[in-house]
Amino acid sequence: MDWSFVLTQTLTQAIGIQAIIYCLAAIGLNVQFGYTGLLNFGQVAFVAAGSYAVGVIVLTFDLSLWLAIVVGVVVALVIALILGIPTLRLRADYLAIVTIAFSELVRLTVRSIAFKDVLGGAQGLNGKLGQDFHDTNPLPADFQSLPVLSWTRQDLWVVIVGWILVALFTLLVWLLVRSPWGRIVRGIREDEAAVVSLGKNVFAYKLQALMLGGVIGAFGGIVWAVAKQSVQPDTFRPEFTFFAYTILLLGGAARVFGPIVGAILFWIILAGTGEFLGQAIQAGWIDFLQPTDVGNIRFVLMGSGLIALMVFRPQGIFGDRRELALDAK
Amino acid sequence: MPNDQAVSDSIAASALAALSTVEPRPGVPKPDPIMVADHVRRSFGGLTAVNVEHVEIQRGAITALIGPNGAGKTTFFNLITGFDDADEGTWTFNDRQVAGTAPYKLARIGMVRTFQLTKALSRMTVIDNMRLGAKHQTGERFFAAILPFLWNSQEKSVGQKAMGLLERFNLHEKVGDFAGSLSGGQRKLLEMARALMADPELIMLDEPMAGVNPALKQSLLGHIKTMREEGTTVLFVEHDMDMVHDISDWVIVMAQGEVIAEGPPDTVMKNQAVIDAYLGAHHEAQLTETGETLTESSDGDSA
Repeated sequence: MDWSFVLTQTLTQAIGIQAIIYCLAAIGLNVQFGYTGLLNFGQVAFVAAGSYAVGVIVLTFDLSLWLAIVVGVVVALVIALILGIPTLRLRADYLAIVTIAFSELVRLTVRSIAFKDVLGGAQGLNGKLGQDFHDTNPLPADFQSLPVLSWTRQDLWVVIVGWILVALFTLLVWLLVRSPWGRIVRGIREDEAAVVSLGKNVFAYKLQALMLGGVIGAFGGIVWAVAKQSVQPDTFRPEFTFFAYTILLLGGAARVFGPIVGAILFWIILAGTGEFLGQAIQAGWIDFLQPTDVGNIRFVLMGSGLIALMVFRPQGIFGDRRELALDAK
Repeated sequence: MPNDQAVSDSIAASALAALSTVEPRPGVPKPDPIMVADHVRRSFGGLTAVNVEHVEIQRGAITALIGPNGAGKTTFFNLITGFDDADEGTWTFNDRQVAGTAPYKLARIGMVRTFQLTKALSRMTVIDNMRLGAKHQTGERFFAAILPFLWNSQEKSVGQKAMGLLERFNLHEKVGDFAGSLSGGQRKLLEMARALMADPELIMLDEPMAGVNPALKQSLLGHIKTMREEGTTVLFVEHDMDMVHDISDWVIVMAQGEVIAEGPPDTVMKNQAVIDAYLGAHHEAQLTETGETLTESSDGDSA
């Protein structure tokens, strides 16, 4: 049993590229669901928009990555408008239904044969997607690896910029939620009609929250495409959105640092149990499991953990239980 | 400030003087109406909930809207404030056509309402509830919100105004508490104070006394009278006849969606139609009828 291997692998993943991608998606959800109360079950569509903007602009049209980022943001804004305008005047459930359907629609469209020339079909888009970004890497060319964290030179640069992005968006959310703007969206979460009766254009605020959350999610997709140099349609399944929700609930919804803590915890649990079980099976400690079961077992454990959290600490790690009690009327 | 007070007092006084000459019949024109509604109709399926031919609300006065459950009072409130869409009809606010206007715009031009089921924003503090009521806040715009130096000073003055109102409503010790932790009566007070943050010209209170204990009722009455003294027009729905009698300058009675009587409280309460439709609980024959109206009401009033 190699404990140090389990620990370093877990730590590497806990603050690695996947954690950053999910963290960005969860920050977006925090704006939408945590503060404004919008049930967006299709956050993955915004992430896919970011990834595919990079894939299509850089690979299919052979243009600059920086242009691709702008396009990714614009596409996310357009998606938010398409989803929000018809549904945000209706009850909250309508947005939930429309967003989950839309996210699957996006995935099935991008992997379809009809658009294979542009979007790459089921194989996705693979190539030097992030070259423009990796060319800016300031790390020495002979860089090998950090002492504990086993990232390549390329990955480390993504991780550094990724966490800077997380910090910037967290700062943005922090500034917003403590402003009068944030007061209005929290009011909308509590009771829309009351906020309308005080002369606030609730529809416009909900749309703004949906757009902002969508753009932050799209940056998750951009990081993904740049880091993996590949865009795969089937990574954008609905469970991505639900993992992002898990992260949000782990950290505590409507807490500025909730998504960061949640994302790190999520990957500690997922990677930690995976690596531990893998090692334990190899060492012969566990004989009723095959190494191939490990991938699934860790989700079983994650699910059980989430249930336990909801029972014993429903407000999440950072949440305030008193607030939750107030809501249960 | 004392000058303002005197002016407002005279508004209230002249409103009262003007009303005393108005003939007590349904749909009667008022000398200085802040709101005029014509042919307002709303039906839910086969049931006509509101069918108001003509009604005017006198500026500067306290007007009570009474009637049995299911008479369409709350529905009328919802229509006028834009929270529900009328099938037909027009109404003006300050001589401006406002039928079909979005409810948030109506609130901005000075028509602010409260709700029958109090809408305190539970997971927000009392002071944040109050601040939300203030109009024209720079920091409510998305890009300005990120730059606190643009709205910090305004936020301070909004906070001072909120503290002043909270003291007046005796909620100043609850400033930092979550609104959800307040009692039912305190939430009523908070909702009323919050509505005043928006500087309404016309404040519409939907059953302000429902579920409030007698001591608090007295202070609520005082607050409503103060609003009138400050020049705010008050329109309220209420079942508590003592209160209606005590503070209202004018009473409008609705039954089955229509205005059946209007007049000063004393006159209206002697009106036979009003006694038959609403007040006449002393007649034994009325008991069953009251029961029937009660069952019919639950859908009408909650709508």
